[in-house]
Amino acid sequence: MTQINISHAKKVFDDVTVIPDLNITINEGELFTLLGPSGCGKTTLLRMIAGFNSIEGGDFYFDADRINDKDPSKRNIGMVFQNYAIFPHLTVRENVEFGLKQRKLDKKVVRETAEKYLKLIQMEKYMDRKPERLSGGQQQRVALARALAINPAVLLMDEPLSNLDAKLRVDMRKAIREIQREVGITTVYVTHDQEEAMAISDQIAVMKDGIVQQVGSPKALYHRPANEFVASFIGRTNIVMAELKHSNEGVAELHLQNGHVVVYPKLNHLSDQTVRVSIRPEDFIRVEQEASLNTFVGKIEDSVYLGLNTEYVVALSDGHLVQVTEESSFEEDLTVGEQIALTINTDKINVYCAEGLTNLSEVK
Amino acid sequence: MKNDKRLRLDMWGIAGIVILVTYILFLIYPVGNILKQSFYSTSMGFTLDNFTKFFSMSYYSNTLLNSFKVSITATIFAFIIGTLLAYLFAMFDFKGKKLLRILIIIASMSAPFIGAYSWILLLGRSGVITRFLSQFLGVQTPDIYGFSGIVLVFTLQLFPLIFLYINGAFKNIDQSILEAAEGMGVTGIKRFMTVVLPLLMPTVLAGSLLVFMRAFSDFGTPMLIGEGYRTFPVLIYTEFISEVGGDSAFASALAVIAIVIALSIFMLQQIVSLRFAFSMNALHPVSTKKVKGLKKFWVYVISYGIVFTAVLPQLYLVYTSFQNTSGMVFQSGYSLNSYREAFSRMGNSIFNTLRIPFFAIIIVVLFAVFISYLAVRKRNTVTATIDSLSMIPYIVPGTVLGIAYLTSFNTGVGGTGFLSITGTTAILVISFAVRRLPYTIRSSVAALHQISPSIEEAAQSLGSSKLNTFFRITVPMMMPGIIAGAILSWITMISELSTSILLYTVNTRTVTVAIYTEVIRGNYGIAAALSTILMIFTVLSLLLFMKVSGKDDISL
Repeated sequence: MTQINISHAKKVFDDVTVIPDLNITINEGELFTLLGPSGCGKTTLLRMIAGFNSIEGGDFYFDADRINDKDPSKRNIGMVFQNYAIFPHLTVRENVEFGLKQRKLDKKVVRETAEKYLKLIQMEKYMDRKPERLSGGQQQRVALARALAINPAVLLMDEPLSNLDAKLRVDMRKAIREIQREVGITTVYVTHDQEEAMAISDQIAVMKDGIVQQVGSPKALYHRPANEFVASFIGRTNIVMAELKHSNEGVAELHLQNGHVVVYPKLNHLSDQTVRVSIRPEDFIRVEQEASLNTFVGKIEDSVYLGLNTEYVVALSDGHLVQVTEESSFEEDLTVGEQIALTINTDKINVYCAEGLTNLSEVK
Repeated sequence: MKNDKRLRLDMWGIAGIVILVTYILFLIYPVGNILKQSFYSTSMGFTLDNFTKFFSMSYYSNTLLNSFKVSITATIFAFIIGTLLAYLFAMFDFKGKKLLRILIIIASMSAPFIGAYSWILLLGRSGVITRFLSQFLGVQTPDIYGFSGIVLVFTLQLFPLIFLYINGAFKNIDQSILEAAEGMGVTGIKRFMTVVLPLLMPTVLAGSLLVFMRAFSDFGTPMLIGEGYRTFPVLIYTEFISEVGGDSAFASALAVIAIVIALSIFMLQQIVSLRFAFSMNALHPVSTKKVKGLKKFWVYVISYGIVFTAVLPQLYLVYTSFQNTSGMVFQSGYSLNSYREAFSRMGNSIFNTLRIPFFAIIIVVLFAVFISYLAVRKRNTVTATIDSLSMIPYIVPGTVLGIAYLTSFNTGVGGTGFLSITGTTAILVISFAVRRLPYTIRSSVAALHQISPSIEEAAQSLGSSKLNTFFRITVPMMMPGIIAGAILSWITMISELSTSILLYTVNTRTVTVAIYTEVIRGNYGIAAALSTILMIFTVLSLLLFMKVSGKDDISL
């Protein structure tokens, strides 16, 4: 098993710096995902690890082995591509055997290893078929077996599921997760799909403009996003402006833009300032009446019934629109224009500085 | 996305240099030599005399005018016939389409001058049809020699190109477009003129310019059927070859003019095709309709009539090849005498027709694979230069390349004796290869674009070296496309005349050259037999192409 260490990585394309200075450590046997919008540099970084992109600065290590100047064919990697990259002129078996043959292994070993991995991905029935007669999902399974068969130090996957249809994507990511666990190989996985990243990863690095915004477990990313970008990229969120003030007793209070006040002792230690509060749609809770001080009113502007949930667009008293999600029920009969009372699940909100760059509610 | 723009001295660097040197030796040097000869004389230094001579004497400059006249007229006719036939094929359902399509392809693949010679036998002064009409009906057929004959042969020879182009383009027109027009009350001829033709316009222009170029540079047809009507390629050839007072400097100047004209047309085509370029993608291609009654009659008469007329010269040659002959006169009775004579006297030419293109095709495939790979995957200054160089033969007419080779390699490169290959098999092989390379490069570039770079990266990630990846993955994947292209090149090579007529010797004479010389000498029987053999080669190669490419269709 291999640990990947990247320090001060730099990538320049035609005088444009795509990745300025990037540091990541990927632990042994971990499934590590690079997640971000298109153009964030995630695929570029993966291809630098693979050796298909040149490295303009920094050090890339597989354990103690510096790989910067190694040819891709010498890095001992297995790679799975978005477009499968199956060799169309070779059969399924020959595809899987291709890498093994490059290692000048004994013929018998080549055959047996190929069969072992084809069994692992449940494609042994199709061994002697040409790839053109396989579906996209089957081709990607073969690509996975081909990459794993050479027993690489690391497995690199570049958006492996984005050419598949939605249903198959869910099945395949489960299969990839299971196989990765079973083989126990250090894996770097690139995707722009946050749901896919959450479902599959041990650790996720969220990237934007060539900079890692946050590295963490799926849970940490969702509940304690390091900045506003991560908060809105992982799941959905509402950003509400607020003033952080302290009561006479020194207890921190968030005075939201609609006039509602949230008591928020976590920030007692900070000075008064303007902040941005991230509240996920499910953390607005509808209450029957304007019962206590902790509630405020809003007017329903639009509603979308999605089966499991119903999503409301609610105008706050200052006109600011927020999204509110609620588990749907058969009895619900809220109509557009109706007034409702809301409260906020304060445990789960995140408070950011005025620029949205740092999470103030992070428990230090 | 490789960052290094410099040429590195790995296998690719070496391949690049070898290819570059080859092009400098066999393209830049001879063509440059022509340029030099046309502008420079040892007695006077730089001079425009050769050009002044051409443009000031109508005896010479008229040939250019004649060439434009026949080429434009033939292009218009070829366009009308080709489009009409393609329209019938696309719109209507009738029997025998597949056979007709194959016959059309065969008609387009034969050497034009063979058609010319056959039409002389049919419609000439003592032609079969001419005599039949005057004896039994008292009808005087129009004169086949000169302008009308050249136009007839070019039209019938070249309309298949338009047909094949437009036939392909029809596949990209969606049925719904026609239905939409019909819904607005536009049908029939009006719909064709206002909807279909504008959609076909880019293809029509590309096809027409190709037809024009072919007609403009063809030399064999006007030579045989033109009689007093001299066209530009005929002038170039006669000026260069004439035993008394052959003037190679003047011929070089003519060659330069030919290149300039071809270059202008080529650029015009680039500009025009850019302006008219739009992309169509048909979900449901135009479906054919059943026709009934009188309309059905006309559909059959027109389509079968056109195709029959196009293959008639070939068929007639096959027929006459079995007739007894005595010199120019066909006798009664049938035998294999012509074939016997052909094999005994021209046996080596048959062998040459297989041998020379075979070597040429090997060079073409090798170079095309390397050049396309360099141009697509290893883009740098050197490979970009090679890429543009490889396209030069597009605009150098065959006669011009022949003259360039003769004058440049007669006494070796620069008169040093190095590569004095005139009269050898090598010079024919090289000239064939150079002329056909652009076409095969294009098809291999297309094949290479089909291969995603990630396939090669996948191989590398599996531990395969770059060289191994190239030979084990890239080349095998490119091969089907390249082989299909190479077979088409092979077909054009075996019927090539304009370069080989200048470069051949008794030992390197090909079948087309033999047919030409036998026709000139009046040995019609042998010429017919050789034409039939050539046709059999063509048909066999075409069948092979269809088997390899898995299509019963040739798209251009």
